[in-house]
Amino acid sequence: VHDLAALIEPHVPALRRYAWALLRDDAAADDLVQDCLERAISRWHLRRRDGNLRAWLFAILHNRFISDRRRQQRRGHHTAIDELAVEPASPSDAESGAVQRDVLAALALLPDEQRAVVLLVGVEDLSYEAAARVLGVPIGTVMSRLSRGREKLRRYLDGDRPAMLRRVK
Amino acid sequence: VTGLGPIGEDDIQAAVDGRVDAPRCGLVRDYLERTPDAAARVEALREQKDALRERLQAKAEEPIPARLRVAHLSGEIGRRRRGIFLRRAAVVAWLVVGGGIGWFAHEYFQGHSTDVTSEAIAAHRVFVVEVRHPVEVAAAEEAHLVQWLSRRLGRPLKAPDLAQHGYRLIGGRLLSAGQGPAAQLMYEDQNAQRITIYLRADPEGRGTEFRWAEAGGVGTFWWRDDAFGYAVSGTADRKRLLGLAETVHRQVAEASR
Repeated sequence: VHDLAALIEPHVPALRRYAWALLRDDAAADDLVQDCLERAISRWHLRRRDGNLRAWLFAILHNRFISDRRRQQRRGHHTAIDELAVEPASPSDAESGAVQRDVLAALALLPDEQRAVVLLVGVEDLSYEAAARVLGVPIGTVMSRLSRGREKLRRYLDGDRPAMLRRVK
Repeated sequence: VTGLGPIGEDDIQAAVDGRVDAPRCGLVRDYLERTPDAAARVEALREQKDALRERLQAKAEEPIPARLRVAHLSGEIGRRRRGIFLRRAAVVAWLVVGGGIGWFAHEYFQGHSTDVTSEAIAAHRVFVVEVRHPVEVAAAEEAHLVQWLSRRLGRPLKAPDLAQHGYRLIGGRLLSAGQGPAAQLMYEDQNAQRITIYLRADPEGRGTEFRWAEAGGVGTFWWRDDAFGYAVSGTADRKRLLGLAETVHRQVAEASR
């Protein structure tokens, strides 16, 4: 258990950050991370020894996220755009500027697959190859999603908010 | 983004992330120097990336909650696995207990009679094939045979008369059953086909109805009467054995009246 903890726990803060950025809900994000870690621990013997542990963990997390999403969609649950755009009140960021607030709001407007790439590459520092493995898509797809996602964020941050919202709706 | 091909969108993204392949570094730098729009875009995207990281950094700096500690989770997983194991073990245990109960119930309710049957069939097999000594006491000494077996089995016996079925008594012998003595009477028809009647005390048995059992080509009808077990065995067909068994049963019942 000590070895396992020493190998896995350094990645937990990043996994929590990624999960929270996807879900923007503290409890739901930690549920997702917990689910991911339980799977990782119980499938520890299945991981490739020479593989990238960080990418492996992110892949498990991402797959859980996708399957939860699909389950929600099957149940007919959907989250309104306006609801997603609402900034989760986080008292700690009182000093944060409007730009940062907008970054998260804009992020929430991206399609899931673009948001995932923007986060994995831009925030979690995964290589393009690792991100492709995590998402199970070719590297070219990662690059085009990254480009489109970042471009949307840029236009939004440049004040193109109404156009953005129109397009998303 | 490899080789020295023209600068494309992938190069812009790689420039934002500082992941331009070494051979292309010079090319991309030159391109950005020559193309202020592209350079401005890379710069904007870098700022956006930094803003995102900064905004999300607080989440990564939070202490890991207890429920996400590996030690806690492996404990949970172990508990859950033990739970699953115990549930499965419980199912297996119930199957075993159920099987045991079934087994002992079978032994209790039917075991004795089944024993009578298997003893009868085994004895039949052993002695029916004997040509010179199929019986211990021949039918010529029927009075002696009956008296002897009656004394040993502790009950007045009478050798059933099966002439109506074409069988005549050729004799009998005393056998050792599990708990005590048993008697075997052997009959033969004109084709030298033999049947046997096996009987012994069966104080714990229940039920008086006829039952059929078969093993290795030897069939047997057996029943209980007044704490005695009887079995009529032979290789004759079932219907014929039933007729014989009914006759034996009737004669035994008449004799004990």
